Amino acid sequence: MKLIIAIVRPEKLRDVKEELFKEKIHMMTVIDVRGCGQQKGFIEEYRGVIEEVELHRKVMLLIAINESYVKKTIDAITKGARTNGKEGKVGDGKIFAVNLEDCIRIRTGEKGVAAIGGESEEVKKLKK
Amino acid sequence: MKIKKSTLAIFFLLLFLSLAVPALAEEKLTLEKTAKSLDLVWVLIAAFLVFMMQAGFAMVETGFTRAKNACNIMMKNLLDFCCGALAYWAIGFGIMFGVGNLFFGKTNFFFGGTDMWQYAFWMFQVVFAATAATIVSGAVAERIKFIGYIFYTIFITALIYPLVGHWIWGGGWLAKLPIPFIDFAGSTVVHSVGGYAGLAGTIILGPRIGKYIGKTIKPIKGHSMTLAALGVFLLWFGWYGFNPGSTLSANNWSIAVIAVTTTLAACAAAVAAMTFTWIKYKKPDVGLTLGAALGGLVAITAGTANVSPASSIIIGAIGGILYVEAVGFFDRIKVDDPVGAVSCHAVNGVWGTLAVGLFAQKEFGGVNGLFFGGGFGQLISQLIGVVAVFIFVFGSMILFFKVIDMIIGLRVSKEDELKGLDLSEHNAEAYADFPISAAND
Repeated sequence: MKLIIAIVRPEKLRDVKEELFKEKIHMMTVIDVRGCGQQKGFIEEYRGVIEEVELHRKVMLLIAINESYVKKTIDAITKGARTNGKEGKVGDGKIFAVNLEDCIRIRTGEKGVAAIGGESEEVKKLKK
Repeated sequence: MKIKKSTLAIFFLLLFLSLAVPALAEEKLTLEKTAKSLDLVWVLIAAFLVFMMQAGFAMVETGFTRAKNACNIMMKNLLDFCCGALAYWAIGFGIMFGVGNLFFGKTNFFFGGTDMWQYAFWMFQVVFAATAATIVSGAVAERIKFIGYIFYTIFITALIYPLVGHWIWGGGWLAKLPIPFIDFAGSTVVHSVGGYAGLAGTIILGPRIGKYIGKTIKPIKGHSMTLAALGVFLLWFGWYGFNPGSTLSANNWSIAVIAVTTTLAACAAAVAAMTFTWIKYKKPDVGLTLGAALGGLVAITAGTANVSPASSIIIGAIGGILYVEAVGFFDRIKVDDPVGAVSCHAVNGVWGTLAVGLFAQKEFGGVNGLFFGGGFGQLISQLIGVVAVFIFVFGSMILFFKVIDMIIGLRVSKEDELKGLDLSEHNAEAYADFPISAAND
């Protein structure tokens, strides 16, 4: 089990969601965040004063996923979040994949692979 | 001998008058002049009320659109008035009210009046021109280039609106039909013109990204229903200048009945839309009911001085339901109008103009419509006006937006649209202290 933490451009959220849905990844949490990486600042102007704003608006996606879905998820996010298809641009974001110790579905009390759910190989095996 | 109080009062009154009358005569404060002063003050107050409608439009439009475009909507609403007023001063007013032929006026360019009444009249007219211009802002919101919008504003206030205005209010051909076309305060002249131009703009621009995906219609929710509601109330308040002010006279006491028909139509429209959406969607819809109140106001504007209070309720109620149905219709044919400007101003502008031919009554405005024994005559005149104005405005605006699109590009890039026009067009944020959610994009 892994927790995918992806930080993407807010204007790319739509495309990322679309790519994820294509791979049948429907479960996610989305948070509005501010942050900055290699992209550094951007210019804003307020009543004639020009200011470099350091923290950009970004969107963070949290997706808990079973092992067999990790590559698909990362590929889908990369495809959706990259500016101009294959080119990419500084500021497109980052993806962190973190090992997940456990997962509990509150409604049923299910644990681990079953709690993450979805249509992954692991869940299918469990059902058999 | 006791002197009665009333006798004393009369004595002092006579004394006062005997002193006052020569003084009054010296200042030439005649009854006639007082009446004229009342007219002047009334027309100016009405003009200031109509100016307030700019704030109403700004609030309605920003309320019904996303936070990332709020600065852009404010700039558009400020600048369409400012650019529009300058263009109307230089060219528009002359075309609309100058001496000319049946189609356009040829005098009074770069307006300067010969008496104060003319200045008051210009003030009243310029806020109307700006109203027609600003209607379009909502229809093309969230994707039009700012510079393209500025060019559009100048074009409509300098040429398109004044031409239609001349035909109907400036002694042009529609005013000189055998049975003159009636549009008392501007259902067609102001609202339909703005609505048709908005329709042309949205068609040339195309829908916002993410509005229509395949066959599904995705709602793009506005960021503040409270601002939208404030806008509706401001517009409604401004309408008391728009309709009653169009008598251009405080001594024409029909301003009272005009205020009544204006109010009743808006109320009936909101009640009708509330009931209709309650039945159709199981809950009374907030956005549609707010918009429907405006639809009712647009519908009554043409006939406000010609119909009875009871008729105004029928006109308003039909207008409210028309608004709700029109919003659904334009979504189904994939014309993306973020704030329902076309449904409100074009559809109800047409309905209100035709309604004069149906509901007009001699006791109010001097002519009878179809339902009151006046026959089809008035209705046919109204229909001619509606068709002619639609063909002219829609045709010329499609052409204009197309040309702007070819020269400078009418629509912002995909990246800029997604980022929001505040940052991409103005380097600014409307709500810098607050996180803006990307979930609604």
